[in-house]
Amino acid sequence: MMLRRATLILVPYLWLLALFLVPFLIVLKISLSDTELSIPPYTPTLDFSAGWQGFKDFLSELDFENFQFLAEDDLYWKAYLSSLKIAVIATFLTLLVGYPIAYGMANAPNHWRPTLMLLIILPFWTSFLIRVYSWMGILSNEGYLNQLLMSMGLISEPLIILNTNIAVYIGIVYTYLPFMILPIYSALERLDASLLEAAEDLGCSRFTAFWLVTIPLSKNGIIAGCFLVFIPTLGEFVIPSLLGGSKTLMIGKVLWEEFFNNRDWPVASAVAVILLLILIVPIVLFQRNEQKQREAEG
Amino acid sequence: MRRLTWFNTTALTLGFAFLYLPMVILVIYSFNESKLVTVWAGFSTKWYGELFQNEAFLDAAKVTVKVAVLSSTIATILGTMAAYVLVRAGRFKGRTLFSGMIYAPLVMPEVITGLSLLLLFIGIGLDRGVFTIVLAHATFSMCYVSVVVSSRLVSFDQSLEEAALDLGCSPMQAFRLVTLPIIAPAVISGWLLAFTLSLDDLVIASFTSGPSATTLPIKIFSAVRLGVSPEINALSTIMIAIVAVGVITASLVTKRAALRQQAEERAAVKA
Repeated sequence: MMLRRATLILVPYLWLLALFLVPFLIVLKISLSDTELSIPPYTPTLDFSAGWQGFKDFLSELDFENFQFLAEDDLYWKAYLSSLKIAVIATFLTLLVGYPIAYGMANAPNHWRPTLMLLIILPFWTSFLIRVYSWMGILSNEGYLNQLLMSMGLISEPLIILNTNIAVYIGIVYTYLPFMILPIYSALERLDASLLEAAEDLGCSRFTAFWLVTIPLSKNGIIAGCFLVFIPTLGEFVIPSLLGGSKTLMIGKVLWEEFFNNRDWPVASAVAVILLLILIVPIVLFQRNEQKQREAEG
Repeated sequence: MRRLTWFNTTALTLGFAFLYLPMVILVIYSFNESKLVTVWAGFSTKWYGELFQNEAFLDAAKVTVKVAVLSSTIATILGTMAAYVLVRAGRFKGRTLFSGMIYAPLVMPEVITGLSLLLLFIGIGLDRGVFTIVLAHATFSMCYVSVVVSSRLVSFDQSLEEAALDLGCSPMQAFRLVTLPIIAPAVISGWLLAFTLSLDDLVIASFTSGPSATTLPIKIFSAVRLGVSPEINALSTIMIAIVAVGVITASLVTKRAALRQQAEERAAVKA
């Protein structure tokens, strides 16, 4: 019995240690190593055969050079800042688009709701890559949007949208919209309609009632939705590389290029370590919000 | 109070148009005769024909399905075990680290997961190919599976398990005869989720695959970097159709099962 319990714990535990924690420690280690032009392109490697001496040599050669390099080269600073900026703006836009949809769903007749839910979840299961790709045909210079606008006579020159940050915003709002809608919907669905009636009876206009009652009561859903969009957007790679242009700086793309194009593993690893440090703040805040919500419900 | 005002109707109409129009356009233009993707030149299924002649895509599709089946099966087994440990195993040394390792991959940027696994595989001298992609996918999907399964485990009545044990079941029998049938829907949806995540993944697969194994998303990505192509439109349409049929069937099946259960409960009350 004890043995069985130990096996049950150890199998997933060891799997995660070997394939999640250890790889991350390797990233940390390489981020403190020097670039070498051989394979693997970094030094030092931890030499197990040299025993304690090998470990000491290994430690003495670690340094923060790569982080210093990141701090001095303004490409990286700009990439982190611009990822943050894009993630914040895109999260806000997703909230603006998502809230009315969630609101509409929560106020739809009861027998519609399972179908509406299904329609929101369906894109979740559809390939992310294909959903991003579908916008390339719409936004390109000779794309469907420009064709439509030109045939309506609204514009005479095609709008340049693809390969700009605007296309990146559209792509993020489009692909992450369900993450925003679902938590807000579940908050709005639980909202007691009699509270709104009370507010209106007490002289609130519908808009004031919405502002003073509905928004505060859906606050947790809004916060959860924003984090669910913000956190993955920050390290996003596919959207900036397909819809963004050469001027779109996002840290996920920089990391990819540093690794695959420049083959600079130590710098790529240092970029990854800093990205994680930045992400810890929103992740901890998100966890705290979830916990508060659970306590409020329980 | 629940009524469709003009505001709600507009919000829903515009919202769903935004969500579905890009995919509808993609599907329509996959039947376009012209090589120029954005100019309509008549109905044709020729791009589907070309797609099925394209060996590279077919090979990539085979690799992708193989990886998805293997990794989601491993992920389901490991994820169910992990969920059971989190919900039922009580306190043990390193529990905090364990639950941290379950939740962290859910919020970890894909580029970092991919990079770290690649550095591990190179560090231990493992040749990159189908095997390494399976390991990578199984690792991050098992966390999703364990979240899905543990929410089901939390909600069901533990006294059922205790009753089985009191009635002389071994713990293994109690798990197989009582726990598993109850959590089965969650285990199945966990498997489906892991399967889709694996089919869908570009970033982690790019890092962990070698020249011997190219998955469909890697192939699609390198094709669409150059721009829109009618063959990719056809391929996307097939993938969208498979997902739509799958999800709608699944929801109908669950709905019917729920109805049947209600009917049975009602019959039981009458009798």
